[in-house]
Amino acid sequence: MAEKISFWQRLIKGLTKTRDNFIKSMDYIFNGFTNIDEDFYEELEEVLIMGDIGVRTTETILDDLRDAVKKEHIKEPSECKEFLINEIKEQMSLGEAAFEFENKTSVVLVIGVNGVGKTTTIGKLAGKLKANGKKVMVAGADTFRAAASDQLKEWANRASVDFVGGPEGSDPAAVVYDAVHAAKARGIDVLLVDTAGRLHNKKNLMNELSKINNTITKEFPEAYRETLIVLDGTTGQNALVQAKEFSDVTDISGIVLTKLDGTAKGGIAIAIQSELKLPVKYIGVGETIDDLEKFNADEFVDALFYAEG
Amino acid sequence: MAFDSLSEKLQGVFKNLKSKGRLTESDVKTALKEVKMALLEADVNFKVVKQFTNTVTEKALGSDVMNGLNPGQMVIKIVNEELVNLMGSEVTDITYGTGGEITTIMMVGLQGAGKTTTTAKLAGKVKKRGKKPLLVACDIYRPAAIEQLQINGKKQEVEVFSLGDKEKPVKIAKEAMDYAKKNGFDVVIFDTAGRLHIDEDMMDELASIKKNINILNTILVVDAMTGQDAVNVSSTFDEKIGIDGVIVTKLDGDTRGGAALSIKAVTGKPILYAGMGEKLSDLEQFHPDRMASRILGMGDVLSLIEKAEAEIDKDAAIQLSKKVKKASFDFNDYLTSMEQMKKLGGLSSILGMMPGINSSQMAQIEGAVDDKKLAHIEAIILSMTPAERENPKLLNPSRKHRIAAGAGLDIAEVNRFVKQFEQSKKMMKQMPNMMGKGRRGMRFPF
Repeated sequence: MAEKISFWQRLIKGLTKTRDNFIKSMDYIFNGFTNIDEDFYEELEEVLIMGDIGVRTTETILDDLRDAVKKEHIKEPSECKEFLINEIKEQMSLGEAAFEFENKTSVVLVIGVNGVGKTTTIGKLAGKLKANGKKVMVAGADTFRAAASDQLKEWANRASVDFVGGPEGSDPAAVVYDAVHAAKARGIDVLLVDTAGRLHNKKNLMNELSKINNTITKEFPEAYRETLIVLDGTTGQNALVQAKEFSDVTDISGIVLTKLDGTAKGGIAIAIQSELKLPVKYIGVGETIDDLEKFNADEFVDALFYAEG
Repeated sequence: MAFDSLSEKLQGVFKNLKSKGRLTESDVKTALKEVKMALLEADVNFKVVKQFTNTVTEKALGSDVMNGLNPGQMVIKIVNEELVNLMGSEVTDITYGTGGEITTIMMVGLQGAGKTTTTAKLAGKVKKRGKKPLLVACDIYRPAAIEQLQINGKKQEVEVFSLGDKEKPVKIAKEAMDYAKKNGFDVVIFDTAGRLHIDEDMMDELASIKKNINILNTILVVDAMTGQDAVNVSSTFDEKIGIDGVIVTKLDGDTRGGAALSIKAVTGKPILYAGMGEKLSDLEQFHPDRMASRILGMGDVLSLIEKAEAEIDKDAAIQLSKKVKKASFDFNDYLTSMEQMKKLGGLSSILGMMPGINSSQMAQIEGAVDDKKLAHIEAIILSMTPAERENPKLLNPSRKHRIAAGAGLDIAEVNRFVKQFEQSKKMMKQMPNMMGKGRRGMRFPF
């Protein structure tokens, strides 16, 4: 547990500046107001929107809060805080099967737009799985970005796991084909597939992704499938569109939320959970291998709402 | 309708206003509530939105509107003016050194904003101006960052200076300057590692480069998709190391790019360029006033013309734009412009800059011209007689059968293409109206 505590401390440290503002406004709202009135709701709306939770989800949350206030005869603004925390926690909680891929022979496809931290995430995941005694292989199917393959290879070396790649400009589906067969031959437990960053509105690139997806389905039907979309924690409402468009091409099973060590609040995760029902499975708060952790709803929401972690 | 673009949204709002004729106080309020929602969904910072809607409300409720003959026009005008006010109206460029002084540019930003790619793109721009740029690899932390810069530098035919990843960035920067002086480089662009604005040590590193080298331009590279936090990031970078300008990347996505608006509003620093795609040529001069009018759905026709002029010869551009305006576009034009369009980044990229085209229409058109199908389309057109190419109306079923056989394709594919062609043409027919009534004269479509 020691590592876990330090991780959450790091998250809290990372979020401090943000959190200070956030908590300050939260405190101001929950303790400053004596009545639950329209001004109270308006202030609350501002704080939630500033956290990137988004207009729509904020409205949903506030509507639920209004209902609860009416039904449960909540009189004190401070009681609203408990209600909000519990509601968001409940929404964000992961089911028991969330990390099933770790126990099976699996292929983890990692997708996302440019610059969100896909390659770094794969490097970290590989390191973690390897440390847990798994046989891991990474496939560099990003054949587009200059030196992406070198970057992944470097991560593979650091984690001492197998690496399969192809030359710049080659067909990514072919790389995946090679990787799948190599993984089968070598008895690999988890094959992690890195893909090129693509803007979700580029049709050709999205077609290419679906080709990669089909290659895995066809060549490795017995493998347990996990498709993780990596989202930059600093991204605003466009992350919703990204998740939606990507889910049209592949079955996304979870979200990796990166770069939460800055001042962004990652509230977009709450919006995505609420609107698309996609769970956050990992969050990243830094650049070392230890800085990627399984998502824990209680700790995440607490880190956002409480002054002391 | 969950993911309408800001321009679609605002167009929707104002269409309702229009149908009501005379504008009342509550109309202004309803409209501005929608504007507020749309801006927030576009990730414009909450405080900026608040300030913006207050200003517009104040102005809209003033006597001008009440006395005006067409109140709807006034609201759009005010919203547009305020957007332009926020974005600034002047085009700003890199500051070049005078009297033989080397122009120094330092690229800074968060991880994954697109610094390395943008650095190489910028070098290409600078080179086109007849300068001799040197790229300096100061990102010693991210694996393979140096290789990425070297590969992109090579593509742009620009030299990259690197001391590997074992030396301190300050030392690399200093030696790069000596190297530049000795070898006659007049622009030096430093690619630095991505860093968090709250990482004191890493921010000190940038400050120390600035202390040792006279940096003329510190450029913050920002992802256009950044959320509410864009304001914190840009103001912290500005406070700690001082920035002179901003480059917004990934604007070719479908993000509404509210971050650009927020950054400008909060830091007051100009946005110089916008990254519009993955090709190294896809870096465009940023026109703040046009960005504002694009947000309002008036399109960015001027940008299109400029882009066309730079990439294809002038005559062809004029011809094409005339054809588009008159909608006298036939299969010959389609064929000859296919090559040019490829240079321009595809038809969808052109249409994206036109007013009044929404994403679903875009998707339709894009479906017609995606790369693989281009070859088929070429085959179809080449299988037509000259008369058919000039007059698409000639195409009857028997002619289509002949064409399909000639192109080695299924008749269904020929039908699909012809249908899509006609749809595109219909859209082009609508465009001249919008273009005519748009920008300059500020005459509105009602």
